[in-house]
Amino acid sequence: MERVLLSHGGGGTMMEKLIEEVFAKAFNNEYIDAMEDAALILGNLTFTTDSFTVKPLFFPGGDIGKLAVCGTVNDASMRGAKPLFLTSAFIIEEGFSLEELRKIVESMEDTAKKAGVKIVAGDTKVVEKGSVDKVFINTSGIGMVYEGANVSIKNARPGDVVLISGTIGDHGMAIMSAREELQFDPPILSDVSPLNKMIEKLMTLGKAVKVLRDPTRGGVAEVLYEISKMSGVGIKIYEDKLPVKESVKSACDLMGFDFLHLANEGKLIAVVDRKYAEEALEIMKSDKYGKDAAIIGEVNDSKLVTINTVYGTSRIIDRPIGELLPRIC
Amino acid sequence: MMQQKEIVEKAKKAIEKLNPGIPFNIMEVCGSHTMAISKFGLRQILPKNIRLISGPGCPVCVTAQNEIDAVIDLSNKNVVVATFGDLIRVPGNRSSLQKERAKGREIKVFYSPLDALKYAEDNPDKEVIFIGIGFETTIPIVAITIKEAKEKKIKNYSVYSLHKTMPEALRALLNGRSNVQGFLLPGHVSAITGKYIYEFLPKEFGVGGVISGFEAEDILMSLIMLLKNYKNPLIQIQYKRVVKEEGNIEAQKMIEEIFEPCDSTWRGLGKIKGSGLMIRDKYKDFDAALKFGIKPIGEEIEIKGCRCGDVLKGHIYPNECSLFGKVCTPENPVGPCMVSSEGSCAAFYKYGV
Amino acid sequence: MCIAVPSKVLKIEGKVAETELGGVIRRVSIEMVPGVKVGDYVMVHAGAAISIVNKEEAEMQRELWNELVEVLNDAAEGNS
Repeated sequence: MERVLLSHGGGGTMMEKLIEEVFAKAFNNEYIDAMEDAALILGNLTFTTDSFTVKPLFFPGGDIGKLAVCGTVNDASMRGAKPLFLTSAFIIEEGFSLEELRKIVESMEDTAKKAGVKIVAGDTKVVEKGSVDKVFINTSGIGMVYEGANVSIKNARPGDVVLISGTIGDHGMAIMSAREELQFDPPILSDVSPLNKMIEKLMTLGKAVKVLRDPTRGGVAEVLYEISKMSGVGIKIYEDKLPVKESVKSACDLMGFDFLHLANEGKLIAVVDRKYAEEALEIMKSDKYGKDAAIIGEVNDSKLVTINTVYGTSRIIDRPIGELLPRIC
Repeated sequence: MMQQKEIVEKAKKAIEKLNPGIPFNIMEVCGSHTMAISKFGLRQILPKNIRLISGPGCPVCVTAQNEIDAVIDLSNKNVVVATFGDLIRVPGNRSSLQKERAKGREIKVFYSPLDALKYAEDNPDKEVIFIGIGFETTIPIVAITIKEAKEKKIKNYSVYSLHKTMPEALRALLNGRSNVQGFLLPGHVSAITGKYIYEFLPKEFGVGGVISGFEAEDILMSLIMLLKNYKNPLIQIQYKRVVKEEGNIEAQKMIEEIFEPCDSTWRGLGKIKGSGLMIRDKYKDFDAALKFGIKPIGEEIEIKGCRCGDVLKGHIYPNECSLFGKVCTPENPVGPCMVSSEGSCAAFYKYGV
Repeated sequence: MCIAVPSKVLKIEGKVAETELGGVIRRVSIEMVPGVKVGDYVMVHAGAAISIVNKEEAEMQRELWNELVEVLNDAAEGNS
């Protein structure tokens, strides 16, 4: 019997297969086939959903509530849209602390306020002990596409420029540090944050903004692969241009990870018309969540996702398979 | 400090200058070297006649399928199987640990054997078995856990030793038909063993080797050292900041105290005399093989079409195998060299040449 | 085959040392490196220090690198 493995949920090649072979096959329609972060419906609305399971529930820099709001706010924005309304559904394990639940819900409301969205509908289920791990949250969101925007995973073209809004891998490493015997000094905080205000400002550049994507599970590497595949282009990034904290890099060396595979929850990758690249960079840098933004590469017609190393050589970027596992080799 | 690009440029010139002009195969026997060479893109700067080929240098890759089967049998005995992350995806003949975990078996990934011992200590009601894979670098750390378990009288911890040691495998490689003019020798294994275990390479086979570090600069330097001395093969240490000629005596004693040599089967290479380690009688209470009556069943079954043996011996490049990239991929590895992300085929698949 | 990274020893408590690498703090076994001191760099593999980094050798290596490569390249230029 074939079974679902943890790696199927890791945001890499295993997950892509599961989606293609199970979900996209059954829910066969033009919206699903587009493989976007949010579906574009009724002309100018974006519609998206995401479920959140994180261990521990409270981690350096955030908690599952903040994550649940930011995740959906960001996904609803990634078509060049303004997120408006969210729903929230809870699946709670019998015996879960009411005080912690309150904290999570307050954090959700607080984050929603800061992002300027309203949580307008909800649902609660309680299940037997052991049926879920403490609490799982699902949020769905609706947004409205900005006038003149045309943002899609299919729009990258050779010559365009690739930007990232800040340092890579902070969320993934923050979660890891909370789970593993790994301490950071200073501590690594999750970057979980709503990016809709930054996107609002970016959309003043109109059609020059071609692709927006948040590199969550599977990390920067997976997003670059998705853009390459869906736009039918190649992407080249430069190792010496990548913003990444020294400590995140060190921890990756120690555990045998590639920081391009680590999850981010407050970063976006943008593909922008070359003429507007500097302007887009300035907009990102002027935003509270974008001060470490950088131009990291460009789109070409090679169909390959490559990195130019600091040694002046070039190689294909490693694509994540699934679960991130510490290695001794 | 020299800029990285400058280092590469200078080394490139030096290598060209030293190029013997004949087909020159350099085998790296350490998976981390394989990964580093790919990651830094070092093959691109070498002249065509100098080839870097990947030998049997990853403990996961060389773990035999029937050994994996035995581990899976263990996981069915209501125990906690503690393992390095590397082993989770490795297929046996029937299943893999990640598939068994999905069935509800308790399989836990640890970064260090010491963490696994601590877990056993903290959970006295659970029977914890650490799967001992690895070469000389890892073995003394596993030895420490066994020693400590004995001292602290931790009864619910044991080790299933699938450890392998390097020298006999190298000898087996060279005894077979092999096409190697020089070795890039493993830096961290050698930090433990020292250089003398390799002296048979030049003496018996006329092939030299350099014990190398893992930075691009280290590897380039080691290649230069190899080329410079190819007519007069000898064992050199480039990685002197970490490797002493005599190795780490304390660690060697630790291995000696707990383990004794035994024969071992290497995936892709077959049975090699004296290339494994088993737990000594004195520590038999901590030997999971004895405690649970587990041993690899039957002979190693050959995988149809898989040419890992030829890849490991340096006869072919990974993409010359007909399964490569089609049937055999990192998500669905067939042969040992695709299994670990540092296996020769996996590295080749991910980074291209 | 074995990932190991150099980390600085911050504190020693019996068989265990607190080590630091680029802001990452880890407790590692120092059972295999008797004589290790605070301030030393050790190579850490799978939660244990496997060797003490020899600082002089590290320095010397850099010099040696330069020397070797320069000599070779000078010779190469002389030939051409």
